[in-house]
Amino acid sequence: MTTQPAKSEAVGGIGRRLAGHRLLWPALILLALLLGNLAFHHDFFSVRVRDGHLYGSLIDILQFGAPLTLVALGMTLVIATRGIDLSVGSTVAIAGALACGHISTAAHPGSVATMLTAVALALGVALVLGLANGFLVSGLGVQPIVATLILMVAGRGVAQLITGGQIVTVTSAPYKMIGGGYWLTFPFAVLLATALVAFTGFVTRRSALGMLIESVGGNPSASRLVGIRAGGLLALVYVFSALCAAVAGLMISSNVSSADGNNAGLWIELDAILAVVVGGTALTGGRFSLGGTVLGALIIQTLSTTVYSLGVPPETTLVFKAFVVIVVCLVQSPVFRAKVLRRRRTTTPRSHTTAGTAPQQQEVRA
Amino acid sequence: MATPPTPRPTDSGDPQPVLEAQGIRKQFPGVLALDGVALRLFPGEVHALMGENGAGKSTLIKVLTGVHPADGGTILVDGRPHVFADPLQAQQAGVSTVYQEVNLCPNISVAENVLIGREPRRFGLIHWSAMRQRAAELLTELDLGLDVTSLLGSHSLAVQQLVAIVRAVDVSAKVLVLDEPTSSLDREEVAQLFTLVRRLRDRGVAILFVTHFLDQVFDLCDRVTILRNGRLEGEYPIGELTPVTLVQRMIGGELATLDQLSVRAHEEAAQRATSEPFLQARRLTRTGSVEPYDLDIHAGEVIGLAGLLGSGRTEVARLLFGADSADAGEVSIEGRKVLLRTPRHAIARGIAFCSENRKSEGLVGELTVRENIVLALQAARGWTRPLSRTKQDELARHWIQALDIRPGDPEAQVRHLSGGNQQKVLLARWLLTAPRLLILDEPTRGIDIGAKAEIQKLVARLAGEGTAVLFISAELEEVLRLSHRIAVLRDHRMVATLTNDDTVTPERLLTTIATGADS
Amino acid sequence: MSTGTASAAAGLTRPFATVSPRTRTRIPLIVTAVLLLVMFGVGSVRYEGFLSAQVVLNLLIDNGFLLVVAVGATFVILTGGIDLSVGSMVALSTTLTAWLVESHGWPLAAVIPLVLLVGAASGTLMGWIIHTFEIQPFIVTLAGMFLARGLCYTISTESITISDPTTAGIAQTRLYGPGGLFVSIPVVIALAVLVTAFVVLHHTRFGRNVYALGGNESSARLMGLPVGSTKIAVYAVSGLCSALGGVLLTFYMLSGYALHAMGMELDAIAATVIGGTLLTGGSGFVLGTALGVLVLGMIQTVVNFQGTLSSWWTRIVIGALLLVFIVLQRLMSGRRPAAD
Repeated sequence: MTTQPAKSEAVGGIGRRLAGHRLLWPALILLALLLGNLAFHHDFFSVRVRDGHLYGSLIDILQFGAPLTLVALGMTLVIATRGIDLSVGSTVAIAGALACGHISTAAHPGSVATMLTAVALALGVALVLGLANGFLVSGLGVQPIVATLILMVAGRGVAQLITGGQIVTVTSAPYKMIGGGYWLTFPFAVLLATALVAFTGFVTRRSALGMLIESVGGNPSASRLVGIRAGGLLALVYVFSALCAAVAGLMISSNVSSADGNNAGLWIELDAILAVVVGGTALTGGRFSLGGTVLGALIIQTLSTTVYSLGVPPETTLVFKAFVVIVVCLVQSPVFRAKVLRRRRTTTPRSHTTAGTAPQQQEVRA
Repeated sequence: MATPPTPRPTDSGDPQPVLEAQGIRKQFPGVLALDGVALRLFPGEVHALMGENGAGKSTLIKVLTGVHPADGGTILVDGRPHVFADPLQAQQAGVSTVYQEVNLCPNISVAENVLIGREPRRFGLIHWSAMRQRAAELLTELDLGLDVTSLLGSHSLAVQQLVAIVRAVDVSAKVLVLDEPTSSLDREEVAQLFTLVRRLRDRGVAILFVTHFLDQVFDLCDRVTILRNGRLEGEYPIGELTPVTLVQRMIGGELATLDQLSVRAHEEAAQRATSEPFLQARRLTRTGSVEPYDLDIHAGEVIGLAGLLGSGRTEVARLLFGADSADAGEVSIEGRKVLLRTPRHAIARGIAFCSENRKSEGLVGELTVRENIVLALQAARGWTRPLSRTKQDELARHWIQALDIRPGDPEAQVRHLSGGNQQKVLLARWLLTAPRLLILDEPTRGIDIGAKAEIQKLVARLAGEGTAVLFISAELEEVLRLSHRIAVLRDHRMVATLTNDDTVTPERLLTTIATGADS
Repeated sequence: MSTGTASAAAGLTRPFATVSPRTRTRIPLIVTAVLLLVMFGVGSVRYEGFLSAQVVLNLLIDNGFLLVVAVGATFVILTGGIDLSVGSMVALSTTLTAWLVESHGWPLAAVIPLVLLVGAASGTLMGWIIHTFEIQPFIVTLAGMFLARGLCYTISTESITISDPTTAGIAQTRLYGPGGLFVSIPVVIALAVLVTAFVVLHHTRFGRNVYALGGNESSARLMGLPVGSTKIAVYAVSGLCSALGGVLLTFYMLSGYALHAMGMELDAIAATVIGGTLLTGGSGFVLGTALGVLVLGMIQTVVNFQGTLSSWWTRIVIGALLLVFIVLQRLMSGRRPAAD
């Protein structure tokens, strides 16, 4: 996925197409970050095989970035419908807590069956949580940010309730596999995330799901008049987002073999939103790009890794993220573009597209 | 009617206008909305501003009230030139506006809505009792007895509209612009509003009144300024106009000669009248948007909906498509009673609707031409039964070619297309669902002549192939050319349904639109 | 005519409006007040030592800083916006205060104005970006949240304990009233902020513009109200309040730490909503926010008194209350005229 910019100096036609490609900027940013790291650590790009497993900084980025990628994957579809899901962090915590709680009290914590029940339990509860969010948004018409705020607040409490306020540690080889295991020399988490991204890409682009979601997010009233049932789609994306978050929660807790109701997935919702926005999906809904989201998630993960390797306190990543958010949002803001980039293409002045004056616009256009 | 304290311009001829606009020009990207328009408002008159879609009324009002800056021309208030950068400056110069949508805040009290921004203060804090008293005085002066401490949102839209007027008058008592204030009011409420307007006129306020209701113009106004296609058509004392001449001047003069697109098949029409209609609407109505109407639409028939802007044309169509749900009345399709609550219901029964607002209600601008074309079909199939990409490409290519959509790239973003091509994309979207009834709301507005002729031919061909078409247009010529029958709407009421035979002349249609009576 | 219009007006109101809108906006507030009384009543019956005025005062002592932060959040929410940066801003203020006082030996009298200035300035900046570039408040304040929290860590990754005698002296001062009841200085400051906010919101033009803006932004603009400056000002107020809340929290904890006030933005929003302010803006009361803060504090107190309940129940109950209030708001605002 990072190979695209490499060939941009090629023949004019391809070069131009790449320059206009929506993934160009995220890919360039990621590349710059990686190269920056290479300047500090000359073995940054080296990948070794040890004990039949792949090791190296790049592999680390992929592995630690897997949960974020998943959460951002679900978030992408939500944002494409003009929504937002703030509750994913709580869902991450709940899923981890449920799974670890189940395994730690099971008769055979090390068995595959126990692991599978734990996973099923976590996914089942996530489904319910997603449905709850979906119902509030599409059934009751509560603004998404408000609707998901509820679970964001309560969810951490629920997670702690499940773990009893403790950090529940588990010893289960099958469970460890999800987030910390290796398969065919690759970290299993990376494979799982890749598979889910590929599956989502396949389903959204091969079925009509992607197009209908983009239509609903891009122009809700036109979508209604064309006969799209937005309610079901909305509920679906919130359920999907919760499921993605649950899988991410399983990965995180599996990787450290423990569930921490308080800190697992803390602020992951914000990182995920950031990943989506950096990846080129606008917060105003419509067109989404799963590839962009993956790049965005990797950018954020690389950023964290970089800050770590620079030796500054890891928490200062937040400062960088703050600037990334602002820059990306400014670049996406039509007003900013008009003011700064002087490339005004819209036909109607934005500031007047308000309720009071909307009915007259048609005349202006005519 | 009380004698006005100030001389009427129609009486004496030349008192100074309180507001005078000269040579106003306003350019929007791709369209010259106003081209040298002039307007004069005299103290103590109610002045109607009339014009059809695209005439430039709204733009003119926005220029006069500081929402849009003008690109050329001058605005004189009391003879002195002014430039309004925003609504506040216009208000300070004495020009206030009341919009169709109440532009007040429903969540604060009536008193605050009247006085916010100019609250009486004491020691830097709002002097609430003085404010209530002042608001009550202002309302009483205009004979409105309201509890000024009640929330504005607890009152009807009509009352809110009256409060908006009270505010506007108190802000600046010279010029009051009323932009379609009556469109969502019932008759009694309109009467209430008019009482207030007359009272203000008698106090010397100049009132610019924009409405689509002809009766209201003749009822209330002293003079009329008519705009057409961004230009000034003329300024008339109301006494010099009849409804028919007014409509004629709004719509344009080229009504005398019309070539018929095809020979009217009267026998065909007669035959149809006895056969079962595809769709039958009985006493269908929605409060505040259209009064109960009956309509039969047969297969292969083009029904024209004629009427002025705001007469309820679109509302009739929206009820048939389930875009708005009806309050009462019933619809039968092929003799079976159906409920059309949502567009999905209508689409499932073979009805298609191209909205007049292509951008806001039609196309999804970010999506490609191909995606926009297949959207309706795909929506009907649901997301689990996708059209294959090959099939999509094939459909897109076919319809791009059939309707000559340009550019012919199915992967172009639809928002970059011209108006005419966007309209064709919208048509393609519905045509590929093979609808039994196609509702076209102003399909030829804002598009070039060539595309217009193509769309007209397409409508005729579709009808020939057995599709029923409901064709809405502001252009009488178009309606007359294409329709087998014409339903005429006036002031939200369907006043006549005419069979388009030789007896239907442009004049007769015009008279029906203007007076509501089929002479 | 006069009476005719009035009666016509009454008749024209929508049939479902059996309760007047004004009363409807107060329902959540009444519910909250009743809830508070019931909790206090039940607590008094069940737990020994619960029924005392000092328990109520302790609510204020333990939540004074939250009250100040929530008051700021109320301004923003009344305009229909949201400020996610308040928790981080509180943490930054504690860190900055502790750092300047402890590591640099600055006098408190110089530090506090500086911290308040930083808060107000960052709020102003966020408001300016939101207004000028028409970016959603939530994403801009999210950046502010990241930035403030990140800056804490660049100052210090460790907790900075304050040993400065002046600060400790102020923190430990108890102001005694009749019957041996006492409050702390931060409580007095918090109450002063509350009263000021009430006066500003209900008795100044700025306050009324805040409501108008929340009611209908385009109307407010067409009415000639200063929409832009009002919008920027509410974020400045919120920034200022969170900085002040941070200072109060510094007194309460006697330390500055980047991990202070984690999730306080949620508490502040929850208190505002439970206090009857509509998240869509335009309707609410700052005194309700005070009730909301007391409810949150009361939940905490009950959980503490119960002993067998664990602290996470606080979050769950708050979440449940949020759900109830948001659904309540939705059901009621869904019946408002289609004007908005």
